[in-house]
Amino acid sequence: MAPILRSTSLLALLVFQISLFFFASTLPISSGSEDSYTITGRVRIPASTAIGHAAKFSNIKVVLNGGQNITFLRPDGYFTFHKVTAGTHLIEVYAMGFFFSPVRVDVSARHHGKVQATLTETRRSLTELVLEPLRADQYYEMREPFNVMAILKSPMGLMVGFMVVVVFLMPKLMENIDPEEMKRTQEELRNQGVPSLSSLLPASR
Amino acid sequence: MAMAIRVCLLLLVFLSSAIVSFSLYEDQVGLMDWHQRYIGKVKHAVFHTQKTGRKRVIVSTEENVVASLDLRHGEIFWRHVLGTKDAIDGVDIALGKYVITLSSQGSMLRAWNLPDGQMVWETSLHSAQSSKSLLSVPINLKADKDYPILVFGGGYLHAVSAIDGEVLWKKDFTAEGFEVQRVLQPPESSVIYVLGFLHSSEAVVYQIDSKTGEVVAQKSMVFPGGFSGEISSVSSDKVVVLDSTRSILVTIGFLDGDISFHKTPISDLVEDSGNAEILSPLLSDMLAVKVSKRTMFVRVGGEGKLEVVDSLSDETAMSDSLPVADDQVAFASVHHEGSKIHLMVKLVDDLDTVLLRESIQMDQHRGRVHKVFINNYIKTDRSNGFRALIVMEDHSLLLLQQGAIVWSREEGLASVTDVTTAELPVEKDGVSVAKVEHTLVDWLKGHVLKLKGSLLLASPEDVAAIQEMRMQSSGRSKLTRDHNGFRKLFIALTRAGKLFALHTGDGRIVWSMLLNSPSKSEACERPSGISLYQWQVPHHHAMDENPSVLVVGRCGSDSSAPGVLSLVDVYTGKEISSSDIGHSVVQVMPLPFTDSTEQRLHLIADTEGHVHLYPKTSEALSIFQREFQNVYWYTVEGDDGIIRGHAMKSSCAGETADEYCFTTRELWTVVFPSESEKIISTLTRKPNEVVHTQAKVSTDQDVLYKYVSRNLLFVATVSPKGAGEIGSVTPEESALVVYLIDTITGRILHRLSHQGCQGPVHAVFSENWVVYHYFNLRAHKYEVTVVEIYDQSRAENKNVWKLVLGKHNLTAPISSYSRPEMFTKSQSYFFAQSVKTIAVTSTAKGITSKQLLIGTIGDQILALDKRFVDPRRTLNPSQAEKEEGIIPLTDSLPIIPQSYITHSLKVEGLRGIVTAPAKLESTTHVFAYGVDLFYTRLAPSKTYDSLTDDFSYALLLITIVALVAAIYITWVISEKRELSEKWR
Repeated sequence: MAPILRSTSLLALLVFQISLFFFASTLPISSGSEDSYTITGRVRIPASTAIGHAAKFSNIKVVLNGGQNITFLRPDGYFTFHKVTAGTHLIEVYAMGFFFSPVRVDVSARHHGKVQATLTETRRSLTELVLEPLRADQYYEMREPFNVMAILKSPMGLMVGFMVVVVFLMPKLMENIDPEEMKRTQEELRNQGVPSLSSLLPASR
Repeated sequence: MAMAIRVCLLLLVFLSSAIVSFSLYEDQVGLMDWHQRYIGKVKHAVFHTQKTGRKRVIVSTEENVVASLDLRHGEIFWRHVLGTKDAIDGVDIALGKYVITLSSQGSMLRAWNLPDGQMVWETSLHSAQSSKSLLSVPINLKADKDYPILVFGGGYLHAVSAIDGEVLWKKDFTAEGFEVQRVLQPPESSVIYVLGFLHSSEAVVYQIDSKTGEVVAQKSMVFPGGFSGEISSVSSDKVVVLDSTRSILVTIGFLDGDISFHKTPISDLVEDSGNAEILSPLLSDMLAVKVSKRTMFVRVGGEGKLEVVDSLSDETAMSDSLPVADDQVAFASVHHEGSKIHLMVKLVDDLDTVLLRESIQMDQHRGRVHKVFINNYIKTDRSNGFRALIVMEDHSLLLLQQGAIVWSREEGLASVTDVTTAELPVEKDGVSVAKVEHTLVDWLKGHVLKLKGSLLLASPEDVAAIQEMRMQSSGRSKLTRDHNGFRKLFIALTRAGKLFALHTGDGRIVWSMLLNSPSKSEACERPSGISLYQWQVPHHHAMDENPSVLVVGRCGSDSSAPGVLSLVDVYTGKEISSSDIGHSVVQVMPLPFTDSTEQRLHLIADTEGHVHLYPKTSEALSIFQREFQNVYWYTVEGDDGIIRGHAMKSSCAGETADEYCFTTRELWTVVFPSESEKIISTLTRKPNEVVHTQAKVSTDQDVLYKYVSRNLLFVATVSPKGAGEIGSVTPEESALVVYLIDTITGRILHRLSHQGCQGPVHAVFSENWVVYHYFNLRAHKYEVTVVEIYDQSRAENKNVWKLVLGKHNLTAPISSYSRPEMFTKSQSYFFAQSVKTIAVTSTAKGITSKQLLIGTIGDQILALDKRFVDPRRTLNPSQAEKEEGIIPLTDSLPIIPQSYITHSLKVEGLRGIVTAPAKLESTTHVFAYGVDLFYTRLAPSKTYDSLTDDFSYALLLITIVALVAAIYITWVISEKRELSEKWR
């Protein structure tokens, strides 16, 4: 693989060009280009994570420093930011259907624009500026497939279930209780004078 | 019994503590939301119709969009929105397959694949200074030969290969201060002619070898008068410019590198000489000059002699020249006549030959024609047909062909500047309500289908039927009010000064209106709109009057330009009145008072420190006089770092003043030290926000009283060094400080400083809390901080006995002068995305919990529950706190993909989010604008007060039927058993 981390000072580029156009003597050495560097990186979307979303490079944006510069991907997934000053920068990738971690990029002035990159979400440092999505985003809820349990769990299902329980199980429960014991408890309750529900409601008076 | 209550309570708690995130099933897309895609006002257009197949036009716009449009229907094939600082200077097609765009003042050259819009290459060009830029793409006659693309910008001339974007050579003109005006590439020649001005007084022609970039020859000649900069090439070796006084036309011939001047005073050509203007289109051997509202066609003779051939009195828009068959060149001109526009295509050589003359009825509210682009095609009878793409004053884009408008695009909506909401008319008696369901059978069928859909048993045809049924049944696009307040109008003001009323149901334009100047004076032909206010919202009184909005405009771009007020009827879209107010507009303040016809009182401050009351009626004046002492306002001078508070003083003195003009006095000033703090953001609460409860009960039966004040101002400042972009400052150099300032007294209530942080700050202020987003340089991550403000002076009112005995101060009047005792709680979290704007949902009564709507830089909108930004979050919340719905503290805010309210759509170029309450408490309208428009209805706590559209009536019916059947069956069974028991 070609070296991904390529950052050339424009001065170096100029020197190169001067040597190329040696006879074109009008080329001056531009001032202010010493601290201007280039960041080149690559976005790679693994084929396995591209579910449902066509991983089209044409709809992916790469954003430098929260909107200072916006660039797009070439067909091979490479992107370049030109004229970047030395310092610490932030690169974000926005692709529909994917979540990318922002990348902290340190462009060193001492080492002629050497680039160090760290994913800010996972704090993982990258040896080369190849950005991959942390996860694939699913924007819609999935419809649950047809399922008897889902119907039973719905309020209506619970209602029906409760009815079934009352109709079929309650008589069985009542059967199990000893009729004499039942009578005794009923009498006890009557003696205690437990207020019934109807007497609690003011409307019933 | 008690058990049942407990179970119910537990269930309730369980339901309410479940984190409600906005979520949508894929088949629900388009039920409540709509999305409209725009591109903005077209600057350049290039047709691509040569090949058979899809005919398209490539456009670049003022919103920094490059797009490919279908020429047949006007749909967007693809588009790209470049960054805000990446304005497009030129667009062209190279090699028949690449779209070339030049942007960022001639320093960025990109090539896009014509069919699908994939970027092919990108080249950054060297630029040393800002200058005008120029893109010259050679017309490829032979496809196999790679002619370079020539770009001038930033003092350099570059030759770039069209195939891979490689810079072939560059020529530096920075040292001389040479401005390239024209680059001419004669076909079949290896020499390029570059004409430019040196210090705008000397014409220089370079001849450059197109292969190597070497200067072959150079000629220069000084013109004593100096040039004005406007230039028109008339042929391959002649250009015409205006001199600096704009009264002499100078023809510059540079044949074979020799320069010759030929001066022609404009007064020789036309009697009424005024300031002349060269219209930009390039016509061969012909020049269009505008002198005092007349457009003249001037032919350039062999020796640079000029003669007027034709003139048009109306304001005329003209296209570039277009080569048609037989070496002829044609151009189109469009002029207005009454409500019609006349399109004419003429031959340049012979202006009497009109190839095409069409008259088209044009909507008055589109204004004048600004730009024309023409394209020709060969008809079946071998003659030339023409289609014209025109850009109107309201930024709309129309394609004219065969005397009719083939398609139109309302591109004005790509530059919305202000939005307000309006109600629809009430449904009158006698107006028949559209029958939604016809018969019970149809109704049942529909619900069975829905049930199938929700159980995933539906076939694709069924799904389509369900979708269609949903779209129709809700009657959502009717033009009347509904019970839930779901149908509303969004009134949008665009940069072109046009008002649009958009229906929330389907997003269609109900009416549109271009603002007119009241005085029809020359200085102010078309006022530019600044902002929108609700002028009259009848609900208690004056019910028979239509609601209206106030549009504040300005004659010109300068802030001291006189203002224009316009009142527009919301139901009809007609202008009720419009007036020149005779003073400038700095700030518009809607007051919380209305008169007997429910017109809201507004104060408008001008540049001289006076305020003016509107409406100018004696009733309004008497209302205002009553509240004269209680009107305060503040101004923010961002550049100087000063915030001032003002109060009313007296009526204006002076002969021009009327009784509605008042002078003001300064009450207080807050001065930020300019060497350490620079104001980057100020924010107040929305004035119409409803707060339901002042108290907040926490888990341990403790009561916190919210400090709810309308007069709080949130101010964020950063160190001057940190005001730039991320990466331009080190953490030690930058600090972010936020303030909460009372705007009546100027008292700083709270100050919070974040060391090592910087802007941009995006904040939202609601009830008693502020949430703001900024960048933390130390962690190199974005952070979100919430600050909640509570009232300390009411904190003692916890004791029930105090309340019972009346020993509380809850009913004590609250004065803005009293020194508030308040305390704040705050918490910060990381956030993983850059943010463009933040808004908050608003509901009718303020009961429903709130969601933050975060517009990310990826142009999506994320709904984040307010409970995630609650300063009471702790690492391990107790059981009681959990029941209350406090989420365990995490260091960063979650980004749940299902809570993107824009789901799989993007609101390209997002600039703002507007929320408005519906009548139904649980629901809020959300409208987002940018280059695109997006609308949806949100229910931050789900629709707890109504059944959703998805509610399965069929399942309910089936259940009831099943229960009835079960009752009947069991009754029969029990009867039988009883009988058999008796027989026993």
